[in-house]
Amino acid sequence: MKQINTDIAIVGAGSAGLCAAIQAANTGAKVMVFDENHKAGGQLFKQIHKFFGSREHRAGTRGFLIGEQLLQEVENCGAEVHLNSVAYGIFDGNTLGIVEGEPHHETHYAVKAKKIILAGGAKENYMAFPGSTLPGVMGAGAAQTMINVNRVLPGEKIIMVGSGNVGLIVSYQLMQAGADVLAIVEGAPKIGGYGVHAGKIRRAGVPILVSHTILKAYGENEVEGAIIAQLDDHWNPIPGSEQDVKCDTICLAVGLNPMTELAYMAGCQMAFIPALGGHVPMHDEHMETTVPGVYVAGDITGVEEASTAMEEGNLAGLSAACALGYIDEAAAKEKEAAFLNRMAMLRSGEFGERRRTAKAEQVAAFHNYQKGIGVKDGE
Amino acid sequence: MENKGVVYTGCPSPEELANAPGVPSAARLAKGPVAVIECVQHIPCNPCEAACPFGAITVGDSITNLPVLDVEKCTGCGTCVAACPGLAIFTVDMNYSETEAGVEFPYEYLPLPEKGMVVDAVNRCGEVVCKGTVVRVRSAANFVNTRVVKLAVPKQFANEVRSMKRLPRA
Amino acid sequence: MAEKTRRVVEHPILPAQPDQKKVTIYYNGQPLEAVEGEPIAAALMNAGIRAFRKTVKLHEPRGIFCAIGRCTDCMMTVDGHPNTRTCVTYVKDGMKVESQDGYGKNEVVVK
Repeated sequence: MKQINTDIAIVGAGSAGLCAAIQAANTGAKVMVFDENHKAGGQLFKQIHKFFGSREHRAGTRGFLIGEQLLQEVENCGAEVHLNSVAYGIFDGNTLGIVEGEPHHETHYAVKAKKIILAGGAKENYMAFPGSTLPGVMGAGAAQTMINVNRVLPGEKIIMVGSGNVGLIVSYQLMQAGADVLAIVEGAPKIGGYGVHAGKIRRAGVPILVSHTILKAYGENEVEGAIIAQLDDHWNPIPGSEQDVKCDTICLAVGLNPMTELAYMAGCQMAFIPALGGHVPMHDEHMETTVPGVYVAGDITGVEEASTAMEEGNLAGLSAACALGYIDEAAAKEKEAAFLNRMAMLRSGEFGERRRTAKAEQVAAFHNYQKGIGVKDGE
Repeated sequence: MENKGVVYTGCPSPEELANAPGVPSAARLAKGPVAVIECVQHIPCNPCEAACPFGAITVGDSITNLPVLDVEKCTGCGTCVAACPGLAIFTVDMNYSETEAGVEFPYEYLPLPEKGMVVDAVNRCGEVVCKGTVVRVRSAANFVNTRVVKLAVPKQFANEVRSMKRLPRA
Repeated sequence: MAEKTRRVVEHPILPAQPDQKKVTIYYNGQPLEAVEGEPIAAALMNAGIRAFRKTVKLHEPRGIFCAIGRCTDCMMTVDGHPNTRTCVTYVKDGMKVESQDGYGKNEVVVK
């Protein structure tokens, strides 16, 4: 099998992977990026709202336009981006197996890299209830992909389950695309996402039903309606509170989980941190995992936002290039401080607290592992 | 139903608004056009600060601070209305006419309203509170497709009206 | 043919998409108009088709869930290849797309 050698190989050309590539390639390192999709940019091209943060975080710019900016920067930086390229495995901690090309016409090769950055992102959680397998029940992100990338409405009368930022933002975007959102159903007694995102939905006349759940979806061959009900203080449905809502689509915005397969395969030690989406690779302050030379960035190392993914990508790319001697440590330190400062800003405040604590826990888990603390026999 | 606050309803409560440092006093409102920054949660965000051509909005070094409005510097020009990623800034002009106030809000739906149209004006919870006349629909390159719609509404609804009912698609 | 379209043609934020080339795909033998470069799933959804396959044991209908090639709920037989993820497989003129019951059957001789 053909083998290609490179300094840095990056899996995933989304917000984290592209930023990592730009940082690393700008130091002069030879960088290759692999992404299974036919276009780079990951989830950025689905995000049509203006980003939060500060100017340094590209705040005020719509996500898809940030995607365009990153594509331009990655083209200018000299990193090689391989699309339609699946990284199906990682071997000996430094070699990726790649299958590249159109379906049924692929070529197969190995990439041996001095450093590997895993930036494969996350996937949406599923929620089971009677009827939840009916066509018309889909992830909120799936609906977002359909309207903003594929430009097709998945339905016209929609119920959104979950009031985190994803549920709120996708509800808004469904209305922008021309659909009606009948209600947002939230099990918790409080709205999960930002009040300003909820405010947009409310002004548009959409009720946000906190302490409510979906009992079932019904329909012959696809969704025709749903039964929703109110929950008591113990999260049990209150008898008699059931409402029958005629809808054609039910979107689930019930969180995401990191796509950690390659990290597991590389042998990275994992920590279970629910606030970050479940099992995530332990990493140090430079995004390096317990497998020397393997770095992580973005949702794979804890589900957050594109803005934080970009900063983690910057940090991982810079750290990998620095470890290879492409940038001297003093210069790297200065840049790194800026990335860390921007990351801290994104995790500040009432909404950032949970993630801030969780990320600290993840780094602490790395150091404890290195010191042999909390490691069971045989691990 | 009583509004216990934005985390329960999605609509900031009167108390939350009264405590927000971006919401001007009744006395300032009475003087004429001014921004109303209905930002009541400590989220990491500050584009409004740089957007203001008069330096009237301050978030400061910690970007989770609530934006503070300097009501003396603010002219109610509305530049911040299109710049707020949360679509949480409005302008109110209590002196629009003898009987009407002007209310500006961001708008990102199709079809767009047109000048002269009479539309349903809605409050923070999307309830229709009165009719409003579209006075102006602004767009600019740096608004990146956010439109700023100005409605003339009866004065008594100036602090309630925050958007309009979406117009039906063709 | 004045079929109902679910396409998001006019959008308050996203740019218009003029000059899109139309192609024809065949869904269970029926011709369907599709936009060149779009995933098969988008073309089917635009036509109001949302049940893509039936499950192995209970033969229940399934459609799009993740739309990013992860969940495999949208698999169909495409040009004779069963278990093709239609959310990340892009239309080509003349493509044959068939709903799949269970595992499907490979109709292509692999050289």
